[in-house]
Amino acid sequence: MATVARATPEDRRWQDVLEERRFLGPLLIAPAVLFIVALVGLPLGLAIYLSLTDATAGSLTGDFVGFQNYLDAWDSENFRVALRNTIVFTLVSQAIVLVGAGLLAHALVRNFRGRWFFRFLILLPWAAPVALSTVGFLWIFHSLYSVVNWTLIHDILPGGGEFYPYRAVNWAFARDFWPAAIQISPIEPIDPPQWLGEPTLAKAAIIAVHAWRILPFATVIFIAGLASMPPEIEDAAKVDGATGLRKFWYVTLPLQLPIATVALLFGIVFTATDMTVVYVLTHGGPFNSTHVLTTWAFDTGINSAALGQGAAISLYLLPALALVAILMLRFARRVEVT
Amino acid sequence: MRRRDSVLTYATVAPFAIVLAFPFYWMLMTALRADNDLYDIEQVPYKFNAGSPTSANFRFLFEQTDYRQWLQNTALVGLAVVVITLVLALPAGYALARLSGRAGQSLGVGIFLTYLVPPTLLFLPLSRVIAELNLSDRLWSLILVYPSFTVPFSIWLLMGFFKTIPPELEDAALVDGASRLGALARVVFPLSIPGILTVVIFTFSLVVNEFVYAITFISSSEVKTISAGVPTELIRGDVFYWGALMAATLIPAIPLALLYNLFLNRFIAGFTGGAFR
Repeated sequence: MATVARATPEDRRWQDVLEERRFLGPLLIAPAVLFIVALVGLPLGLAIYLSLTDATAGSLTGDFVGFQNYLDAWDSENFRVALRNTIVFTLVSQAIVLVGAGLLAHALVRNFRGRWFFRFLILLPWAAPVALSTVGFLWIFHSLYSVVNWTLIHDILPGGGEFYPYRAVNWAFARDFWPAAIQISPIEPIDPPQWLGEPTLAKAAIIAVHAWRILPFATVIFIAGLASMPPEIEDAAKVDGATGLRKFWYVTLPLQLPIATVALLFGIVFTATDMTVVYVLTHGGPFNSTHVLTTWAFDTGINSAALGQGAAISLYLLPALALVAILMLRFARRVEVT
Repeated sequence: MRRRDSVLTYATVAPFAIVLAFPFYWMLMTALRADNDLYDIEQVPYKFNAGSPTSANFRFLFEQTDYRQWLQNTALVGLAVVVITLVLALPAGYALARLSGRAGQSLGVGIFLTYLVPPTLLFLPLSRVIAELNLSDRLWSLILVYPSFTVPFSIWLLMGFFKTIPPELEDAALVDGASRLGALARVVFPLSIPGILTVVIFTFSLVVNEFVYAITFISSSEVKTISAGVPTELIRGDVFYWGALMAATLIPAIPLALLYNLFLNRFIAGFTGGAFR
């Protein structure tokens, strides 16, 4: 490294300040940092403050009530349901996403005809605005005109169409072995499943929409991970005779673990902190059975105007987010090492 | 062997593609069908029956609803937020990548972590702040607040991008007598056009996507953005305009998906690259 003797004149003009790394760096960073502190840091602090007061909409302050809001929230039945739903929706949808994205990424990383077109189709759910595509699912799960129900009635379940795939399955596997046969009762066209009107089905619908919208995101990150795998490792595995599942288990999986974890953590944050899907799809209904922490906080804080209560409910998410942040830094460092 | 591989590839990709893209196919089918065809359980929904296809739903959407206004509002907010984001994130991303060394790296990670603080945690206090500032029900509220989630991610993206530009280029400009800021403007930024475009598209798509702040701060129909307007104004009680609704959801999705495809690799680098490399 060459060192150049630099003359530093005693009388420094303003212009020279801009040449000095010591000053220029902070000068360029400061506006962004100040903005983030003002619009993320301060509101977060304000949220914590509000959660400790009995503030209502219309005022920014209230009387200090300690942890009463947190305790009240914990005691309410709706909050318990919302907390359980948040956990279940997040874990189940992300499990589906992990398996799906793993399969899909392994196929998409190859070169094949029509790859660009397939990639376009697969990316659609990620690119489309969530609120709008959830409106699309409102129509897909409509109480009367649901295409899912129409297809079940006319094409899959017995009851009036001509194409029943389950029959082929039974014919192939289970003709003489009845326990394995698929036994399906017909559904009445005048009384089809109410996807958004029945608690269990509504929860399944919400999980499906979450998995549907996160899957493309996880897939592209997995593809990036697979594509960055050094070819030498591929060759070494081949020389050592590792193929198929063995190669996946002993070579691909350990190498992909850090980047897959980053994708998973993002997926968890996007799902657990999302309000849009539940708000648009069921608005917490039927009978408050599908609320999540975010929609329950919105209903409490905005619709019922109990600002302090609402802030306390949403802040129950904070420990989980902090944990995710710590894990992410951990794994980021691990990716750096490899 | 190769043949079996490609069959397996298609057998994996095709079912996923069908499931993932089906809602959009369904939006298109619904948007093109006439009302008497749509609201009839006897009709086969997979094909066009009497009266379909029709452009009536699109005409209704653009002539009888505030949809055009929402598109305009979204474009306006998007444009303003893109400008603010670039003004704040470009210098910061550059400085973090170049000028500040190890400390810059930690600060960059810190800024990125604020991206993990979701709007659903901040909308309650911000709704009060917006009310105090007399910005409720005005697009300015969104223009002010949206950069809070576009700036951290953009800084992160740009930081990774600036690191790929060799510092020797700037040094050469400095030797030739340019000032540091001059080198930045004349050498570095022209090379960063692809990175800047990525930020523009990502920021814009985040603005189109945003829902929580939009329904909290804005209540009048003519001030809404599309993400807030379509679910809250077009779905009213039992009167559903499903044909028009599906047209409304499909229109923004297609251009966004095309742009995402073009800039995909850079988005991925944003999530996994930067300090993760």
